[in-house]
Amino acid sequence: MQKLIGWIDERLPIVNAFEKHMSKYYAPKNFNVWYMFGVLSMVVLVNQLLTGIWLTMSYVPTAEGAFKSVEYIMRDVEYGWLIRYLHSTGATAFFVVVYLHMFRALLYGSYQKPRELIWIFGMIIYLVLMAEAFLGYLLPWGQMSYWGAQVIVSLFGAIPVIGDDLTQWIRGDYLISGITLNRFFALHVVALPIVILGLVVLHILALHEVGSNNPDGVDIKKHKDANGIPRDGIPFHPYYTVHDLVPIVIFLFIFLAVVFYFPEGGGYFLEKPNFEPANALKTPDHIAPVWYFTPFYAMLRAITYPFFGVDAKLWGVIVMGGAIAILFVLPWLDRSPVKSWRYKGWMSRVWLGIFVVSFIILGVCGALPANEQPYWLAPLCTGLYFAFFLLMPFYTKLEKTKAVPERVVFK
Amino acid sequence: MRSVMMSRLALAFAVMLPFTVHAAASKVALDKVDIDITDQPSLQRGVQLYTNYCMACHSLKYSRYERVADDIGIPHDLYLENLIFSDAKIGSLMENSMEPGLAQTWFGAAPPDLSLIARLRGADWLYTYLRTFYKDESRPWGVNNAVFKDVGMPHVLSQMQGLCASKPETGVQSEVDPMSGEIVGGGGCESYVTEGELTPAEFNSAMRDLTNFLVYVGEPSKLQANAIAPWVLLFLVILFIPVYLLNREYWKDIH
Repeated sequence: MQKLIGWIDERLPIVNAFEKHMSKYYAPKNFNVWYMFGVLSMVVLVNQLLTGIWLTMSYVPTAEGAFKSVEYIMRDVEYGWLIRYLHSTGATAFFVVVYLHMFRALLYGSYQKPRELIWIFGMIIYLVLMAEAFLGYLLPWGQMSYWGAQVIVSLFGAIPVIGDDLTQWIRGDYLISGITLNRFFALHVVALPIVILGLVVLHILALHEVGSNNPDGVDIKKHKDANGIPRDGIPFHPYYTVHDLVPIVIFLFIFLAVVFYFPEGGGYFLEKPNFEPANALKTPDHIAPVWYFTPFYAMLRAITYPFFGVDAKLWGVIVMGGAIAILFVLPWLDRSPVKSWRYKGWMSRVWLGIFVVSFIILGVCGALPANEQPYWLAPLCTGLYFAFFLLMPFYTKLEKTKAVPERVVFK
Repeated sequence: MRSVMMSRLALAFAVMLPFTVHAAASKVALDKVDIDITDQPSLQRGVQLYTNYCMACHSLKYSRYERVADDIGIPHDLYLENLIFSDAKIGSLMENSMEPGLAQTWFGAAPPDLSLIARLRGADWLYTYLRTFYKDESRPWGVNNAVFKDVGMPHVLSQMQGLCASKPETGVQSEVDPMSGEIVGGGGCESYVTEGELTPAEFNSAMRDLTNFLVYVGEPSKLQANAIAPWVLLFLVILFIPVYLLNREYWKDIH
């Protein structure tokens, strides 16, 4: 074995790579539970890739065959139902862990200098992941697949001058059709997974270049021992590899319990109208996106008035796009001298709380029909969502921060 | 500017109000049904009812006879003899010979395939729908339905149920008196134009069987999932022990 490794290592630096990224990558020893969602997103990503590959073996990407082939997978393929539910529930799990992973970064200022690029790669992953989820949702070719795609693609029609031609170019047809299904399939199973994998590599390379942040936001590289090893750092392998197995097993327990017992997630993971084949002549009563898109969908619908002569629909698209775009510049909005919320002032904490609450309320608003909620609620929460970011340069600068300890706090 | 905006929003809201009321009214209260897809006798009675009363118009084209027979415990020869009326083989999909174009002419809409109807509508909806046809001379088939207004389907079960004279009240839980077998409590049909072969309690029980079967056939994999889930979860619980101890062992020397 040793000889084999030596033989390979002379030709490919595997030992060096293992040391750099695992056994001699020093991570802060004070990671808490919030730090498990990075590795969990990797677990879910692998799940999506494997189950996705197996699904394509029986799926038929045509308007005539798609719906039928999904039911064929559910009934006639050995354990096809399990593969399909792992994939559909995996999509939900992916967004759960990614949202919590992003929230961790907000809590502890992991996006701040020198980790701006890690944050930006992460944000691009999030953006591509949303596109991937949207494209994948068309593939079962149910009613909600069809009309959801219809609504989202038509948003491009709000863009002045080129809008109509652009939507037609995206669909490849005058309406969502088998042609659209085919291209969405190609993008979903080939193009975007490659992009996501590449971005994940960049995300991790950038992380390992500057090192991980931690709940105290302390730079562990400031205190090194005689060998140049950070005093508060421990080798990722074996300490964090065995450490991460614990949340992975707990996660799998919860995830598989949902897969076996609640794969429909009460109609929020698999929506009921999607058990009816797509029908271009019959619009469902209430078109709602899957839960992970609902906050942005609520922002899209929040604007109902044509301000400054700009069409309300276009405003909705601008607001929704802005809500995602503003996340990209977050590292430059935070002017605080400290990273972690533990040492930030009360204003940062209150605003973070307001942000979380408004995002959740927006999620609920987006899932409900527009006429079953107070008309001011979604616009108010949209305003608060933006205020959290736009006021950040001021409140992070104004507030009084607490003293950051020299070394990490570890019990 | 602001006041104009507010008044516009208020107007928009006011315009939406009637729709809210309408939407609320169209949500009919449903009768609750207990579903148990491991109850094989119930499923067997359900598939029998389905085959005799529904299948001529409503296919189950994603399902196969063999899977149904195996899952609900009917031997293949008995199934072929009693529940397959065409020359279909036991491994065939459960299709029928209804011509969709002709069916549209006859009923106004082609009868839908019901493989996934329970997942689309829910068990309570089906159970209520099946039991709430009533006399309405303004409709082509002389009947209407309490949960599916102006449905195109005739009341094919009227021989069993009889025909209710007026719109039955739904969503009111009633109980069957164990001594007399009579239904006590509110809800259901008040009076019948024609009497059926079954008592209301017997008919409810039959419709529970039929609903149970439709729930099963919507997701037959549920039986398999329920069977393997405890073992998979138990494995993870056991796996957790060494994983937890391994972690504790390694982290002992981190201070």
